[in-house]
Amino acid sequence: MSQRVTVNLGIPEAPREVTVVIPDDEPIPWQLGDHFAIVGAETPRVDGPAKATGAARYTYDIALPGMLYGAIVRSPYPRAHVKNVDLTRAMRIPGVRAALTITDGEIRFAGQEVAAVAAISSDIAADALARIKVDYEPLPFVVEMDAASADGAPSVFSGSNVGKPQISNHGDVERALAAAQYRIEATYTTPVQTHVSLETHGAVAHFDGGALTVWCSTQGVFTVRDDLAVLFNLPPDKVRVITDYLGGGFGSKFGASPEIVIAARLAKESGAPVKLMLPRGDEHLATGNRPNAEQKVRFGADASGKLVAIDLVQRGSGGIGAGSGSAGPFKMVYPCPNVRTEERNVYTNAGPSSPMRAPGWPQGAFALEMAMDEMARKLKLDRLEFRRRNNSNPVRAIELELGARAFGWPEKSAAPKSSGPIRRGIGVACAAWHAVGASGPEALAIAYRDGRVEIRCGTQDIGTGTRTALAIVAAEELGLPIAQISAEIGDTRYPFSLPSGGSMSSPSNTPAIRQAAAHLKAKLFKIAAPALGAEPSDLEARDGAIRVRFDPARRVAFKDVCRRIPGDSISAGGERIPNYAAYRPDQAGCQFAEVEVDTETGVARVLRVVAVHDAGTMIDPLTSRSQINGGVLMGIGYALFETRRMDPQIGLMVNPTMDDYKLVGPLDVPQIDVMFLNVFNGGTNTGVLGIGEVAHVASAAAVACAVSDAIGAPIRALPMTPDRILAALEHA
Amino acid sequence: MKSDKDKSPRKPPLSRRSFLKGAALTSAGAVAAVATLGHLNTADASAPALPDGVAERLGPGPAEIQLSINGHTRRLAVEPRVTLLRALREHLGMTGTKLVCDRGACGACTVHLDGRPVNSCMILAVDARGHRITTIEGLGNSDQMHPVQDAFVHADAMQCGFCTPGMVMSIAAALEANPSAELDTIRHSVAGNICRCGTYPHVFAAALKVARASGGAKGKT
Repeated sequence: MSQRVTVNLGIPEAPREVTVVIPDDEPIPWQLGDHFAIVGAETPRVDGPAKATGAARYTYDIALPGMLYGAIVRSPYPRAHVKNVDLTRAMRIPGVRAALTITDGEIRFAGQEVAAVAAISSDIAADALARIKVDYEPLPFVVEMDAASADGAPSVFSGSNVGKPQISNHGDVERALAAAQYRIEATYTTPVQTHVSLETHGAVAHFDGGALTVWCSTQGVFTVRDDLAVLFNLPPDKVRVITDYLGGGFGSKFGASPEIVIAARLAKESGAPVKLMLPRGDEHLATGNRPNAEQKVRFGADASGKLVAIDLVQRGSGGIGAGSGSAGPFKMVYPCPNVRTEERNVYTNAGPSSPMRAPGWPQGAFALEMAMDEMARKLKLDRLEFRRRNNSNPVRAIELELGARAFGWPEKSAAPKSSGPIRRGIGVACAAWHAVGASGPEALAIAYRDGRVEIRCGTQDIGTGTRTALAIVAAEELGLPIAQISAEIGDTRYPFSLPSGGSMSSPSNTPAIRQAAAHLKAKLFKIAAPALGAEPSDLEARDGAIRVRFDPARRVAFKDVCRRIPGDSISAGGERIPNYAAYRPDQAGCQFAEVEVDTETGVARVLRVVAVHDAGTMIDPLTSRSQINGGVLMGIGYALFETRRMDPQIGLMVNPTMDDYKLVGPLDVPQIDVMFLNVFNGGTNTGVLGIGEVAHVASAAAVACAVSDAIGAPIRALPMTPDRILAALEHA
Repeated sequence: MKSDKDKSPRKPPLSRRSFLKGAALTSAGAVAAVATLGHLNTADASAPALPDGVAERLGPGPAEIQLSINGHTRRLAVEPRVTLLRALREHLGMTGTKLVCDRGACGACTVHLDGRPVNSCMILAVDARGHRITTIEGLGNSDQMHPVQDAFVHADAMQCGFCTPGMVMSIAAALEANPSAELDTIRHSVAGNICRCGTYPHVFAAALKVARASGGAKGKT
């Protein structure tokens, strides 16, 4: 049975009535005008005390009786044939309990897994690594995109290293460009960036009888479970994967990656639990990265300041991985009648790429927004005005105005440029994403006789505050203080959920939680109704009580209702149904940046960022602000500091540490002002959108535009290191 | 300790750690280092005589040592090459202190040694004898949080939380030294603490809140 409901969605400035057809047992979508007890309030994260006191247990912190420590031997050659792996000397070291050959074929990047050991201490495991003798036959290799694309380059796999172009074509770009009154053309490059999750990849694996239990640092407990079940030929119910706390992932931790499989193999071989957490260097080499990109951009515009043609020819290298495209922003941010994008992946003998926070988008947004600035200058239009004229999203239109006012764009643009050595510049860039979530997740809500409520969902918290968001939604639905709710996640014994990626967690999980809580509430209403002399349909749950909607004085405390539960608990399930009619299918944001560049040293510093975003229905502005701050700061690092440096002569990454690979530190932090638009988006019963990625899309672009503005010349390569800034100044 | 930067590109044959290890075992330089830290172990009477200038010989096998941690004396057997960080985590099961870079570049393993913040990955456990060690577990717990921990929770000065114990320890030491510290002092006190989630603005806000509560700090977040 289904119901047809009309809901009032969007923002007060631009509301829209949307009619949805939803199942009878689906709660009515949250909408404009709803009054909330906790949704939208600043709620500290529920696991904050555990994290602040060191009590939170991450995979790294798991210790089991008799546990061994695993370690991996990695190839020092970017390409080689492994002729022989001799484990005997390693096995002779007292305390070494298992040794395995992992690869006896071809090595395709420096850092590839070759062998592994397990020993009674981490130091003995390290000793054993040094005793494993591997005979390599080094082979010709290529680590740079140009060299890999050249005729006669060594093949990373077989045949050409340059993949087939991925082409998307809309309208007629060549004709529009030929007819356009204004044209610009430029090439932009971005580096390989590594994730640098503070908790490295790894696992603790334990075989017990016929069952495998794995604690691992993963963004997807169910994907790891399914991978391991196949690899070890076990039914899925004999594999349990647990991720209670996760020290960052940023897209690099999906599925049973090599170190997880190796930990499980060592556990099987040794008959003891094995902990294998990667050392920092391995993390840079082998666990993923954001591919580099070279983007040739052509724009055409007419005299009214409208884009008439966008053309992108791009190539990028994800090492031995693929997925290096960056066309997303070109197709989604600024509407244009003629858009053509062409992306090519180039294989190189370097570590595999993996998704990284808005895969493809920060590099795409950098090229897109730099080109927007170059075109605005050609049109002699204010750069913000040029974006306004090419925006069609009503939410972004408001965001641009709010941001410009908070940032002081008009005043700052009108201010005369300093003639001294320190110059200031400003930039603005737009973000888009499509974090509406997906069906699949299920949830269980349980009320106990003592009044506690527990919700269970097999999702994971990569640091965004998943537990907190889920607990807030349950607390709202049940009219309870959040302290009465415990959110249990990160275990394949809980109801199914999706991997935490693509900003999908909150929009995918919160509707399942809300539905489960609503179903639980209905059961509790049935218990409470006779005592209140009312029908269950006349009841509501507010302020810790179940009460009669039209006569709130007739109430019974939630805890007293729970005392009437016949057994110890009562539970109800909820499912995430497919997305239905929503306010918008996408999500908008914009960021403004002001920088200061020392023209004598070439050092750029970000002074201020204003970030304006929408998160759909705002659940918790406190934790949401944390995510935006994080997206902005990671973007500053991408704009100014971060790059994987490869030595093309030896094919090695020369900076696989946290001191030589420079991340944004506390002294690099500008003033960041975060503003949210609360957009009731519908589409699900919560209308929540994820913000982890949209927070990061525009950040580097805004900084890059500001640096170029400061020195009066475009810098078309990231990171904008002092040498590049000084070189650009020479040509300014 | 925090400024130590080992510029070796990767896995050098002689690592900083193995150098330290060698030094602690044999060289006169190590004795000077131990003496600087204010501790000299009395050699076992039954052990063979030591060369002049060498105070004790430890290793390569595990040595029985005592450490003063969070007000308690803890006994453990560690090889001399084991860092204080690994002794805490792997020998004593105190996992609140995090291992991230293992070379003094990120601050995640910050503990207090005689009240001063240090990177516990840069100190050998045997060299921590005779010092007062405070870890995140000693600062407070969920039932009774230290004011800095409480402020971290309320300002949401954490995301994934892996850098959080180190951040808390750095801030707590800074505010112990200067209870009314201002923003600039606070920023510098965590200059060696890296957070990949980029949660620094809320860390500053949390610290400022504690500093203001103590009656001193001026200025806005």
